[in-house]
Amino acid sequence: MKLHEYQAKEIFARYGIPVARSEIASTPAEAKSAAERLGGKVVVKAQVHAGGRGKAGGVKLVANAAEAESAAAGMLGRNLVTHQTTARGVPVRKVLIAETTPIATELYLAVTVDGDARAPVIMGSRAGGMDIETVAAEHPERIIRVKADPSYGIWPYGARDMARALGFPPKLVREAADLILNLYRVFVDNDCTLAEINPLVITTDGRVVAVDSKLNIEDDALFRHADLKALADPEQQDELQRRAEAAGVKYVKLENGRVGCMVNGAGLAMATMDITEKAGTPPANFLDVGGSANEDRIAEAFKLLVSDADVRAIFVNIFGGILRCDIAARGVVQGARESGSRLHIVALLRGTNAEDGRRILADSGLKVTFLDDLSQAGAAVAATLPAQGARR
Amino acid sequence: MSVLVGKNTRLLVQGLGREGSFHAGRCRAYGTNMVAGIHPGRGGTRFEDSVPVFESVREAVDATDPNVGLVFVPAPAAADAIVEQIDAGLPLVVSITEGIPVLDMVKVRAYLEGKRTRLLGANCPGVITPGEHAKVGIMPGDIHKPGRVGVVSRSGTLTYEAVVQLSSLGIGQSTCVGIGGDPINGTSFVDVLKLFEADRDTDAVVMIGEIGGTREQEAAEFIRSMKKPVIATIVGQTAPPGRRMGHAGAIITGKAALASEKIAALKAAGAHIADSPADIGKVTREVLGHQD
Repeated sequence: MKLHEYQAKEIFARYGIPVARSEIASTPAEAKSAAERLGGKVVVKAQVHAGGRGKAGGVKLVANAAEAESAAAGMLGRNLVTHQTTARGVPVRKVLIAETTPIATELYLAVTVDGDARAPVIMGSRAGGMDIETVAAEHPERIIRVKADPSYGIWPYGARDMARALGFPPKLVREAADLILNLYRVFVDNDCTLAEINPLVITTDGRVVAVDSKLNIEDDALFRHADLKALADPEQQDELQRRAEAAGVKYVKLENGRVGCMVNGAGLAMATMDITEKAGTPPANFLDVGGSANEDRIAEAFKLLVSDADVRAIFVNIFGGILRCDIAARGVVQGARESGSRLHIVALLRGTNAEDGRRILADSGLKVTFLDDLSQAGAAVAATLPAQGARR
Repeated sequence: MSVLVGKNTRLLVQGLGREGSFHAGRCRAYGTNMVAGIHPGRGGTRFEDSVPVFESVREAVDATDPNVGLVFVPAPAAADAIVEQIDAGLPLVVSITEGIPVLDMVKVRAYLEGKRTRLLGANCPGVITPGEHAKVGIMPGDIHKPGRVGVVSRSGTLTYEAVVQLSSLGIGQSTCVGIGGDPINGTSFVDVLKLFEADRDTDAVVMIGEIGGTREQEAAEFIRSMKKPVIATIVGQTAPPGRRMGHAGAIITGKAALASEKIAALKAAGAHIADSPADIGKVTREVLGHQD
C-alpha cells in the first residue's frame, strides 16, 4: 500500500526527520492562503501515488501566493499522467504547499528489504534527485549499501560511517546519522517495503532536509497497522486493480495483451502467460484467483477480465485442490451471465471435481474449447482468437 | 530413502482450523503418521478421534516425539508458531501459511542460524515422498507416482502441473519439495539440490523457478558441480518489471531477477531447459532416455 507524500511526511516528522515546512491544500484558495503563511515563494506538489511528477508538470516552483493559487488550480481535479501511470493518469485531489529549500547538495536515501541479503538494507547515493534505478543500472558503484542486523537493526557507528561515506561534512555527520537511524525506525515500526527520501538535501546554509518522502507499506502487515490502513487512497489505483483487490484476487494488467487468463496459483498463472505469449497470442493479464476462492470471487474475477477492452478470448486454467473445479466452473458461468460476455473460453480443468467442472461449462451454452493438458494450450488459444483488431 | 520426509516421519500439525484440519486429514489418509496436533483451547482432545491434541509444541514433543512440524497457523501468528517449533527442537518445520510479513521472516530466518531445525517455506505446498506414503503439505496426493526424479519448486499449482506431466509419461518422483514463493524463506534451491544429489533414490532433478531474486543463479552455480542431471524451467518471462506477480518474491527489481538471466545462468551451468512449462515432462523423458 502506498502513502501520499504528505502522509509520509507527517510520519517522518513524528520520528524527528527534518522536513520542509508545508501545508496540505484541497482547493486553490487553500493553496493560496497556505502559500501566504509560508512566505509566498513555495513549491506546489500534486499528491499522487506515482513517481515522475516533476517532468509531468505535477511539481511547480512559484514566486508568490497568487501563482500558488493558479498552479494548484491547474492540478486539482485533473488527472496527472507520468511515466509510471497509465495513459489515463491518476487524479489529483490534494496539493502539498511546501517552503522552498536552498539546495547545495542532493542525495538519495532509502531503506528496503533485500531478499538475497535476508535483511533490511539502507541504500544511499550522492546522485540524489535522479531515478535510483538508473543510477543502479549505470553506476552501481555510486550506491552505498549498509545491511542491517535482522534482530538489532543498525548501530549508530554504522550510520555515522554511512554518513561519512555519503560525503556529509564532519559537522553534519551526527545529524545525518540520526536521520539514517530515524528512517530505519520508520521503516521497521511501520512494516514498510520502502522508505525513501529523494532528494535528501544539504542546504546552502548547512542544514539537512528531507525534501520528498515516500513510504510503501507491506499489505501483508496491515493487520497490525490500523492507523496506516486508514490512510489508503484507493482512488489512486487503476479501476481494474481496485476491483481485483476488493474481490481478493491478484491481478496485474499487461499492455497490448489479447488473452484474458484466469488461473489458480501464481506460478501456474505465470506459466499460463508464458505459454500464451509463445503461441503468438499475448496474455492480457496475470490473474491468480487464490486457493480459497468461492463462486462469487471467480465470477467477479471473470467480469474483471472481460471488462478489459483488450481481451478477445479467455483462458481458464484451474488445477483443483482446495479450490474445486465445479466451483470454478459455476463462477465462470455466473460471471459470463452477469457480464453478458460471449467471448470464447479455452478451459483446462484438472484435479478436484474436474469432470463436474467440465460438464457445468459444457452445459452452460458458452462457447468453450476443452483441453486435456497444457501442451495443447498455445494452439487452442491461438485458434479461438479472432483476427487482430476484430471487435467482439 | 528419499529426502526430508519418508516412512519414519512423525508429523505434528500446528493450527487445526478449517484448512489445517482438512489437510491434516488428507495427510493421514495418504499414509503419513501424524502423532500430534496443536490448537489453542483444544488440548486434551483427539483429532479424528485418534491423534492427541496439545496446547503447546513443547508438551506435544515431550509426549509424542514428532520429527516434522507442519504450520497452518494464520499469518499474523505464523512466525511465532515457527519459532515455537524451532525452540522445541523439531528437525524439520514446514510452513504452508501465505502472507507472513516479510519483517517477521527476516527475524525467523536470523533466528534459525545455529539451530538444528530446517525450515521449508513459508508460503509453500510442502513436501511429499510418494514411494513411502509420506505427505506433509497441501498437494493432491493422487497425482504423484513413486519413482526416481526429484522435484523442487517455488510454486504450488505449477508443481502439480509438472508432476502430472511426469506421472502421465510414467516418470515417478522420489520426493517433491516446495520451497515457497516468499522473498525470504528457510530452504533454498541449493539446499534441496544438495539433498537430491546425495540421495541414492534420486536419479535426476526437476527444478521450477520464477522471476525475482537470485536464488536460481545460486542454484546454477551448484548445478555445475552436480553429477545428476537437472531439468529446469523458469516462469514469468512475460511479467512486466516492478510488478508483484502473486508471490511476494516474484517481482523483477533488477536485471538478475529476469527470467532470461536465470535461464541463461542455468543453461550455462549445464541444466536442461524446458523452454515452455508445458514441456517439463517431455524434456525430462529425453534427458532420462539419454541416461540409459
